[in-house]
Amino acid sequence: MKQVLSFEKPIIELKEKIHELKNMAEENNLTLDDEINTMEQRLKRLEQEIYDHLSIWDRIQVARHPERPTSLDYIEKLFTNFIELHGDRLYRDDPAIITGIAKYKEVPVTVVAQQRGKNTKENLHRNFASPHPEGYRKAIRQMKLAEKFNRPIICFIDTKGAHPGKGAEERGQGEAIARNLMEMAHLTVPIIAVVIGEGGSGGALGIGLADHVHMLENAMYSVISPEGAASILWKDATKAEEAAKSLKITAKDLKALGIIDEIIPEVKGGAHRDFDMQVAYVDTYIEKSFNYLTTIDRQSLPNIRWEKYKKIGEITE
Amino acid sequence: MQFKSIFYKKKKYASIPTEKAKQEIPEGLVEKCGSCGKIYYEKEWSQQLKVCPNCGTHHRLTAYERIKALIDEDSFTEWDPSMETTDPLKFPEYQEKLKKDQAKTGLKDAVVTGKGTINGYETAIVVMDPFFRMASMGAVVGEKIARALENARVEQLPMIIFTASGGARMQEGMISLMQMAKTSIAVDRFNRSGGCLINVFTHPTTGGVTASFASIGDYHFAEPKALIGFAGRRIIEQTIREKLPDDFQTAEFQLKHGQVDKVVHRHELKALLTTVLDLHQPKGRDEL
Ligand SMILES: [Zn+2]
Repeated sequence: MKQVLSFEKPIIELKEKIHELKNMAEENNLTLDDEINTMEQRLKRLEQEIYDHLSIWDRIQVARHPERPTSLDYIEKLFTNFIELHGDRLYRDDPAIITGIAKYKEVPVTVVAQQRGKNTKENLHRNFASPHPEGYRKAIRQMKLAEKFNRPIICFIDTKGAHPGKGAEERGQGEAIARNLMEMAHLTVPIIAVVIGEGGSGGALGIGLADHVHMLENAMYSVISPEGAASILWKDATKAEEAAKSLKITAKDLKALGIIDEIIPEVKGGAHRDFDMQVAYVDTYIEKSFNYLTTIDRQSLPNIRWEKYKKIGEITE
Repeated sequence: MQFKSIFYKKKKYASIPTEKAKQEIPEGLVEKCGSCGKIYYEKEWSQQLKVCPNCGTHHRLTAYERIKALIDEDSFTEWDPSMETTDPLKFPEYQEKLKKDQAKTGLKDAVVTGKGTINGYETAIVVMDPFFRMASMGAVVGEKIARALENARVEQLPMIIFTASGGARMQEGMISLMQMAKTSIAVDRFNRSGGCLINVFTHPTTGGVTASFASIGDYHFAEPKALIGFAGRRIIEQTIREKLPDDFQTAEFQLKHGQVDKVVHRHELKALLTTVLDLHQPKGRDEL
């Protein structure tokens, strides 16, 4: 059963009508080519119209679509020889974050990614991609190995946020994220991060301090969920759409604010509609960053990273 | 210990006004402990640094009250006092909220940074003010803290940060989130130059501040009962569908779970910081 997003309904209805018309023509031996042609043209225009004017709320629905490609889907297509490596060596393995080594364009790399499930069972296993401290600690362990062996790091961000739980607090959720930020600051290998779905606040940033941060066209990246913001601001979670607008969480907004580097285009209607084409888009942007960042002198990377983040934040004096 | 008890011997409870006396005292001259309800003369209240002598509750201090209590008289130089946000997202009602808090606190934003001496020992200092937008971190807080760490790095001063925060400032959206990155990189640069970072957690320190500079100090001290945590209690209870213990995310809880080195009574803090600063003087080490 495919999930239909509300903005897709007119398209799907029209498609059904065309389908019916074709059936009718066939069954009754009628020539309805002109009518069918007209309707197909109308469908094209409608698709163009709808997909070119997605509201923020439509985009959020696309970003949260259950069939949206996950990190593992991208890992499988973009890399060869991927070996997943588990555990933080301190407490346990956190399935919400996947880490491993692989080759990208024949070059060894380290991959760090937040992993959603595609169904309830997977999501329970992955904790809906909400990492615990041990997930962040596993990530930084792998990133330090990446530095040791001079491997560029590629991160995929896709989480609603770090897990809000008792054990997570007891084991230092804040400290785990903070330490990652501090350690990532001085890694002398390139770090590329791609926000593929939801970028949920500090939980996303915990693997997202990078030389280049790219974002899929319909992805979101926010300091707080629109629902959370609405309930704080107006004590009303149903005003999430309004909050989403104010928070400036789309790829376009964040590019304008200088927070992300590039917007990776999505196939019409969302990444889930043609995954192979989507992988090709993502590949293009990663490759471009990869080729550029690997030419930079390793020792100067931390300083360049500092200059990049130092600039973020509008103030007056 | 020469510094101990500079701050105020406990007064006898005779100074607590009686019900009758209270009525005769003009407003503004008495303060009531919000926890136990005891009433104190304003003067005694501030001499106690807003720690209730009856129930021990550490009430919140403003940034300047904290600096006054800690930094030697006339030794404080403030950095970037006029830095202000531009409301970059034109967020609904943000301007009004800022103006209200600016009028209330006399600050431009939620942090005061600078340098001074503590019992003669030079140090850089950052104090977050919980009375300004819950000391949430937006561009100004992030920038001032990052600059202060850079100043301390260049001037080779130790740094003391009094943390307090409701988290990232929602009204500046992702710009606020990126201040976590900015301040953490600044801590990293400070660290790698050999700087000594002393963080003192005060009530409440939560969210993005806990997940950045606050949690990566060399020393972590905390005031008694201060709330310290990443996620909010309510959201955790909703997520795990169980009630959390009363001491959850207190300073004492964090001490038990290894996130804090020591819980320190506010009256002992100046003496402790003086000792720590003294232990980091170059004496006994190779200078240069
Ligand atoms: Zn009291």
